[in-house]
Amino acid sequence: MKTYETVIGLEVHVELATKSKIFCGCTTEFGGDPNTHCCPVCTGMPGTLPVLNKKVVEFAMAAGLATGCSITRSCKFDRKNYLYPDLPKAYQVSQLYLPICRDGGIEIETSSGKKRIGIHEIHMEEDAGKLIHDDWDDCTLVDYNRCGVPLIEIVSDPDMRSAEEVIAYLEKLKLILQYLGVSDCKMQEGSLRADINLSIREAGAPEFGTRTEMKNMNSFKAIARAIEGETKRQIEVLEDGGKVIQETRRWDDNKDTSFAMRSKEDAQDYRYFPEPDLAPIEISEEWLAEIKAREPELRDAKKARYTEEFEIPEYDADIITASKKLADIFEAAAAICHKPKEVSNWLMVETMRLLKEKVMEPEEITFAPENLARLIEMVASNAINRTVAKTVFEAVFNENADPEAYVKEKGLGIVNDESALRKAVEDIIAANPQSVEDYRGGKDKAIGFLVGQTMKAMKGKADPGMINSLLKELL
Amino acid sequence: MEITKLTALELGKKIKAGEITVKEAVQAQLDRIKEADGAYNCYVTIMEQEALQRAEEVQKKIDAGEFADSPLAGVPAAIKDNICTKGVLTTCSSKMLGNFKPPYSAEAVEKLEAAGVVIIGKLNMDEFAMGGSTETSFYGPTRNPWNVNTVPGGSSGGSAAAVAAEEAFFALGSDTGGSIRQPASFCGITGIKPTYGMVSRYGLIAFASSLDQIGPMGRDVSDCAAVLEVIAGHDAKDSTSMDAGDYKFTEALVDDVKGMKIGIPDSYLGEGIDEEVKQSILAAAEVLREKGALVEEFHMDMTKYAIPAYYIIASAEASSNLSRYDGIKYGYRTPDFEGLQDVYKKTRSEGFGAEVKRRMMIGAFVLSSGYYDAYYKKALQVKALIKESFDRAFEKYDVILGPTAPTTALEIGANADDPLKRYLGDIYTVSANLAGLPAVSLPCGFDSRKLPIGLQLTGKLFGEKDIIRAAYSFEQTRKYESPIKEKEGK
Repeated sequence: MKTYETVIGLEVHVELATKSKIFCGCTTEFGGDPNTHCCPVCTGMPGTLPVLNKKVVEFAMAAGLATGCSITRSCKFDRKNYLYPDLPKAYQVSQLYLPICRDGGIEIETSSGKKRIGIHEIHMEEDAGKLIHDDWDDCTLVDYNRCGVPLIEIVSDPDMRSAEEVIAYLEKLKLILQYLGVSDCKMQEGSLRADINLSIREAGAPEFGTRTEMKNMNSFKAIARAIEGETKRQIEVLEDGGKVIQETRRWDDNKDTSFAMRSKEDAQDYRYFPEPDLAPIEISEEWLAEIKAREPELRDAKKARYTEEFEIPEYDADIITASKKLADIFEAAAAICHKPKEVSNWLMVETMRLLKEKVMEPEEITFAPENLARLIEMVASNAINRTVAKTVFEAVFNENADPEAYVKEKGLGIVNDESALRKAVEDIIAANPQSVEDYRGGKDKAIGFLVGQTMKAMKGKADPGMINSLLKELL
Repeated sequence: MEITKLTALELGKKIKAGEITVKEAVQAQLDRIKEADGAYNCYVTIMEQEALQRAEEVQKKIDAGEFADSPLAGVPAAIKDNICTKGVLTTCSSKMLGNFKPPYSAEAVEKLEAAGVVIIGKLNMDEFAMGGSTETSFYGPTRNPWNVNTVPGGSSGGSAAAVAAEEAFFALGSDTGGSIRQPASFCGITGIKPTYGMVSRYGLIAFASSLDQIGPMGRDVSDCAAVLEVIAGHDAKDSTSMDAGDYKFTEALVDDVKGMKIGIPDSYLGEGIDEEVKQSILAAAEVLREKGALVEEFHMDMTKYAIPAYYIIASAEASSNLSRYDGIKYGYRTPDFEGLQDVYKKTRSEGFGAEVKRRMMIGAFVLSSGYYDAYYKKALQVKALIKESFDRAFEKYDVILGPTAPTTALEIGANADDPLKRYLGDIYTVSANLAGLPAVSLPCGFDSRKLPIGLQLTGKLFGEKDIIRAAYSFEQTRKYESPIKEKEGK
């Protein structure tokens, strides 16, 4: 068998995190009862007109600047015409001729080292609604809530060669967009969706092979499997002496294979033309400079700063900055308690454990950084010990509990009442003559057992140092 | 005194003076519609109850001292049926929107209502404003009050005929390639197509978005200027609307054209023009010259390409704008269907008339891949050249003068089988739309069959005041003539 190379380019659709839609004032919030987040404009009622949400342009510019693109200073919208019930105007307002960003790229890192993936363009467009099939009544219903939610489409160059590179590219892109705050990139809610263009060629061949497109992939795992599956399929076609047909295929992640949807011959003619209802967008030098100045610290810079400024290990910095949410919690909590290493430990160990246990993404964390900071301060001031702190943290993690109130309510605070503790220690000494004997006989280890027993009797609410000194005194 | 013979401003004055109540005005208008509309078919919807109720509200406000600065308060008016009126049928004279009641009003309608105007009904038009005769209406043709065997022009034929037949004091029309001016010309009234961006298009059901403008139609220049003053203005809801700064159009109602430079493009009086129309236009030019304007003929480039460029651009945009009428969301839906493609196909086959289908097919063709460059892109280039050619003309002239249409009103059914011949009727009007310029049509005479002839004056961008002043000055030399005879004993 010959050696083949896979060539992959991605079209990534990202829903922007603007409060209102691209051409009207409706909310972009996910969910909601069907057809409650829409108005005459986003449902394309006769006579209505679009008014561009300036924030969309700013988010697209920010995405372009962060990915090294050049910004088209005079760009415009075009209409992409096609009939489908989820598209109430029968055209999608998009950008074909003059997209807002062009010719950028980002650097990815995989097991085989660093590599630049080119970004061909980023353009702005509106999302369509959703069709919901009602099996009970055997009819299809339309929900226009998503109509007009702003999207950017990020079109890569065909620079990726493996599923690993694709995932690395997507991870990087997702982080950039999250750090910029332009999208939450929740794949499960469809706010980041990828179309995969894939072809294969014999290793070293100068020309690209014929490509297929797999649309609307919405999980990294499915994407990786789809790339492997489609590569295998195309190789088999060629090995059997066949030809790959340019077509759109649907990846069925359950069946682990793709199915042909439509070939190039049935491809629609979208009859693009300039959108006459919107004026061209002129981006001034000042506006561009303003967006540039507003660019937040991105991941690579943050990572470097964490190791330097906070002196946390590179490994920790890498994991914490891999999620914008974790990085935000880290910085906010460290700023309050001034113990970055402690904050890092809580995030790296307990937070990660709970995320794993509950099968959650860091983005789904709901606790306030203040509560973690307060917990750390309580441990530092010996108000609670570390064992109790873990229990308290679970309450912080699960219900964003205020640690002080929680400790008070549950009576978990360290008992500083010496007479109570002295009484407990005396009881333990009386109940464990053998250990007392051992200690007095020179076995220093025996005191550890006695401390443990006392702690147990105190239900963990005692200061181990204090128990230690009381034991020594009484023995 | 016959109330319905008054101009809108005269009526407004009498209402303010307490000589006529708003209700009397509305009732007189409703009576006149009932009496005459059987013959002319101007109205698609008559808003009798709404208008009478609104008359009382407006009267109360006038009595309370409101609308002091509003010369049109209490005046009944009618609206072309492609301009949205909240809760009231807005059909575009199409079966497709035969049941469509928009949940919002057009900005222009809201502005009229804020000025105290009473909307009395919705006016017939060519289906989706595609046509120049009002014969393509699903609700039957409107007839010209000057001769019921002729068309009123179009697409705002219902608006023009209603104003001429005294079934409306004034009306709103829309003009994409001459749809205000040509019917104004055929019916012997005045109509202004404003600068593109002068009046908000919000709520105007789109035909060709880059060319459509709403404008006033009335019995004289003063009424049109007053109405335009109300409906013009920047609107945040329409991204193509512009801030013109000066909207005091009635200030231009001055009888003085001394020193005004008026150019007549040579091609506007050349091939294809009816001789009687030509003579009438030349006579009008002479009147303006006698009043002190500098009038001369000049050569203008590109005019012969205006028609093909217009029909390509307008049809392309229409094919996209009208695709939303698919039977899914509102409007007509075919009663029997199997599956989605069938709904689309039957709904659109049954819901649209032949002319609309023809234009959508032309539009889809010129935008389709492989033809875009040869047709649509070229048409956009021609549009830019036409604009430049006007820019050059306006370096020399304040106003460009010519006929509104090459003929007077045609017989109903004329050129029924010859769309190209029909399209050529727009030869003098489409350029103003392609270049975005303001233009007015006003009556300047009659042909031997006693059918009105329209004089067209085109201004530079935001040059409404120039054309209003020239039109007003010309109008002072001839009395408005109505097709409706004065009734005896009133």
